[in-house]
Amino acid sequence: MASLTVEALEDLAADPSPRRRRRPRVWRALILFAAAAYFILPIFAALRFAFQNDSNHFSLYAVRAIPSQVGFTAAFVLSLKLAFSTLVLTLLLMVPTTIYVHLRLPRMRRVLEFITILPIVIPPIVLILGVLRAAPLWLKSSPYLLSLVYVVLSMPFVYRSIDSGLSAIDLRTLVEASRSLGGNWVKTMWRVVMPNLRAGLLSASVLTLALVLGEFTMASLDLWTTLPVWIAQFQQVDAHIATAVAMLSLVGTWLLITVIVSLDRSESRRSRRRMGQ
Amino acid sequence: MTDAALSSTLTSAPGIPGADVNVVPTWRRLGRRLRPGLAVAPFLLYSFLGLGLPILAVVDFAFRDPAGHLTSANVRLMAHNPYLLGFKNSIILAAITSVVPGVLGVILAYTIHTSRSGLLRRLVATASGVLANFGGINLTFMFIATIGSTGLLSVWLTYLHINLTSLGFNLYSFYGVVVVYMYFQIPLMVLVITPALAGLRASWREAASNMGASPWRYWRHVGIPVLMPSVLGGMLLLFGSAFAAYATAETLTAGTVTLAPIQIGNLLAGNAISGQVNVGYAIGLGMFVVLAITMVLYGLVRKRASKWLR
Repeated sequence: MASLTVEALEDLAADPSPRRRRRPRVWRALILFAAAAYFILPIFAALRFAFQNDSNHFSLYAVRAIPSQVGFTAAFVLSLKLAFSTLVLTLLLMVPTTIYVHLRLPRMRRVLEFITILPIVIPPIVLILGVLRAAPLWLKSSPYLLSLVYVVLSMPFVYRSIDSGLSAIDLRTLVEASRSLGGNWVKTMWRVVMPNLRAGLLSASVLTLALVLGEFTMASLDLWTTLPVWIAQFQQVDAHIATAVAMLSLVGTWLLITVIVSLDRSESRRSRRRMGQ
Repeated sequence: MTDAALSSTLTSAPGIPGADVNVVPTWRRLGRRLRPGLAVAPFLLYSFLGLGLPILAVVDFAFRDPAGHLTSANVRLMAHNPYLLGFKNSIILAAITSVVPGVLGVILAYTIHTSRSGLLRRLVATASGVLANFGGINLTFMFIATIGSTGLLSVWLTYLHINLTSLGFNLYSFYGVVVVYMYFQIPLMVLVITPALAGLRASWREAASNMGASPWRYWRHVGIPVLMPSVLGGMLLLFGSAFAAYATAETLTAGTVTLAPIQIGNLLAGNAISGQVNVGYAIGLGMFVVLAITMVLYGLVRKRASKWLR
């Protein structure tokens, strides 16, 4: 018995022999190289194209020309307006509902989960088809109809972010402690629950903003020229400028995400340090 | 008088206090019973107006002619070209871009999961999260700049005397869409499958090798059976995502490729044969049915997958 175990251990120790290890390493390098090439090359090619003029030389003309293009400012402002109105609306709707369900109606969680998975199952193209039929005329003539639908689209991300944030803390104890110390509901939510939910709220907000700023299907079929729709149309006028805007909006979204996430990380690190002292 | 009246009420209380005590709590109990509903009501109402009503509208108009009379003509039209072709193409597209990126995604995820570099793993996790959400106009431009007629890779390949166009590849066609979809499908698969790979415990492999199993037998009898439900689930998710996608195919081909979502877009934009305006709703209903089936299967497969991944 003992010898058997020793033998097995020796086997195990001998397993990563150089001969058997090398081939996987070559494969690994090949796979990683192919993946890196496939994913990086298109980004590089588009960036290069955006910084070139018509004679294929490096040039910043496309980037410089963006603000003066017809319709750009209007499309950009419209996209920003839609993004922030969607964000406010979606947080106002989802945060109280999710907190309440966690505290008082745990049975409702399954219902919420089901409803918030639906926007993933229903393709945006089918949803906007129905929305354009069902919406009253006064709403159809306003761009904020898109905001109202984007709230629905963002539900899956927002609900899951808040839900996992709430599951990670002992919400009931926190609320009861705050209430028994004399805090009213508003104070409890604002000073106790919200700070604990910050990470979840941040990721929900970032996902919502990114979703609205990049949404094309619904905006184009509702005939509103948001930034992505403008880019698609402007391709006919000047492909370099259109690509430059597309890549800048991409970089801008990434920057937004990185800044918000790193702000949160440094903030939480600072507060942890403060607590440690 | 008031004092007397009051005292008389108080003294004659015996019968009433019971009622008095009862009345207020009943009120309160009713309020308490209603309040949970009231707190969730805005959300439920919003979901109904934003999701339920539009779906009902799609179903309703799928069975109506342009004049508003009930008809099954729209649904019957779907069984004929070009709509049947659109559906067929969409399903083929979704099948290809779920199986191929599914397999590639698993290979990539496994390569990264078994690497010893924590930095690489974190980098890939972040990159997958970002890339899986790519799509639409940005992705279209990226691929035009890469393998369009004057794209970077196309130009590089001409130096090697390879001409993509003469090889029969056209970015603005069905197979162009396939190539572009891989760009967000592979990262999506990596995201979905990584937790399953992490659930593959090292002790199982050690146990198998202790009992004399070769790596092949380990994969044949342990690794693949445990991973299979997660892989299938991931592929179903990829199928749904490719089947429903509109923006990328639309901006890449300018609406010329025959896919179900593109046909809806064209019908909605007014490019419809007269009398067939409402076929778009029937196609929408059909897409919804296909996706609902996909998601039900996904739910079943995921239940099976979670058996080993606790």
